[in-house]
Amino acid sequence: MTCDVCKTNQATVFLTQIVDGKMQKVNLCEACSKEKGVTDPTGFALADLLLGLGAAQEIEKGSGSQKCTICGFSQADFKKTGRLGCAHCYETFEEGLSSLLKAMHKGTSHIGKIPSRLAKTLQLDAEMKTLQKDLERAVAEENYESAAEIRDKIKQIETKHEV
Amino acid sequence: MKISHLFSSPGEWVRGDGPHHQIVISSRVRLARNLRNHAFPGWAKKAERLQILEQIKPRVEELTEMQDAFSEYLQDLTALDKQVLVERHLISREQAAKGVGSAVVMNRKQTLSIMINEEDHLRMQALRAGLQLKNVFKMIDKVDSALEQKLDYAFHRKLGYLTACPTNVGTGMRASAMLHLPALVLSEQINQVIQAVNKVGLAVRGLYGEGTEAMGNLFQVSNQTTLGEKEDEIIARLNQVIEKIIEHEQNARQLLLQKKLSTLLDQIGRGYGVLSHAYSMTSKEALNLLSFIKLGIDLGFFPEEKRMAIDELFMETQPAHLQKSSQQKLAADERDSLRAEIIREKLKSFPKPDIVKPSGNGHNKPKNDE
Repeated sequence: MTCDVCKTNQATVFLTQIVDGKMQKVNLCEACSKEKGVTDPTGFALADLLLGLGAAQEIEKGSGSQKCTICGFSQADFKKTGRLGCAHCYETFEEGLSSLLKAMHKGTSHIGKIPSRLAKTLQLDAEMKTLQKDLERAVAEENYESAAEIRDKIKQIETKHEV
Repeated sequence: MKISHLFSSPGEWVRGDGPHHQIVISSRVRLARNLRNHAFPGWAKKAERLQILEQIKPRVEELTEMQDAFSEYLQDLTALDKQVLVERHLISREQAAKGVGSAVVMNRKQTLSIMINEEDHLRMQALRAGLQLKNVFKMIDKVDSALEQKLDYAFHRKLGYLTACPTNVGTGMRASAMLHLPALVLSEQINQVIQAVNKVGLAVRGLYGEGTEAMGNLFQVSNQTTLGEKEDEIIARLNQVIEKIIEHEQNARQLLLQKKLSTLLDQIGRGYGVLSHAYSMTSKEALNLLSFIKLGIDLGFFPEEKRMAIDELFMETQPAHLQKSSQQKLAADERDSLRAEIIREKLKSFPKPDIVKPSGNGHNKPKNDE
């Protein structure tokens, strides 16, 4: 088995860490394990290490040789730096990133703070979604009276907020 | 405000005595934010970085919290000044390496520091003494809410605040506390504690964060993940774990007093002896020995009024602070002898560890932290 970092030497250090019930595994050669500070438990977190190598591979799987249309960032750049180019890169590399984020974080969706001016839009969006679902259901049930009501509500929101 | 004013006082958190201050040195929360329509600093070209900087800096300077602030472009700071700021945890090592296109704005009390064009367009942190993560979060959250009115943040419906590094996406928040854990180190329980903390998804790091060595028995505990959990949940979880660590440290101290008193006294006595008489001392050795003096104060072996002097030495003996105070650049061996001199001088007025008298005024009876 070769080392996950340098990909040349024989791996002699096998690490398994369980974070929140998710198992992460890394195989390292002696030189890389020292360099990454694996032997010093205080300075070492597997996530940091995984980020440096697994991340790029994940992205590669998903997006091939794609480049971000906004900033021109490529997956090779990500491999090199472990950082993304711009906010839009999250869309460009979405496929590869999603499994990476899943392994890295507690959840896959943000449930924390929302900028106040967005909060309103997001709330309206959610409202619209429910209304549209209600509308579909009403139509399916041939309940045209309530369908008309719902449609009016949707129109109201649309004109009021120019969604 | 001039940087010399900033340097003349050590910052509130060094002197402060917040909750659990014997074990928790400081609490810190930082938020990472980016502008929607610009490349992240690491990818943006110089011209774009400058544009971003000029867009953000005035908005930060006009914050009510930043009246009478210190605001400077990174290229206008000397290498030594930057290093002093790093030692005070006011800028990151990464920011210190930056030049044109980056800036830092911090308040006089040094409780708020906002880095522009670090790894993200905005890295803002609040820092207070003792364990008060909730208050610290409130401080920085307020700043963030004020800035979001004026800046167009990159925010994704599903992923939250977008950051240059995917490890920060979501809340963009890293909350951490600096803990002084000499008894857990002495009783060799520290690795178990670190492993246990890692298991619940929190990180333990050395004095200056990622990849740094644990010196002076100081450890930083922080959240590792930022997506899928609310800010206050992260902070509550972290707080809970830290309170557990404090409990373990207190138990370990009791156990040392009861079962391994001679080991404990030997460490404190040796620390005192070497610090009072050495003529050359590295900053690592100084931190490690000062840690035992600090423990000695906590346990009543030294008078309480000497605490400040020791807390200040933790900072004053750091390489950049040392050179700043002597107003010259010093080679490593010159620093080591100056460091030893400063410590000897300060310990002159320090009584010997008070370990002969039977218990009565605090000996063998550590004062409870709060």
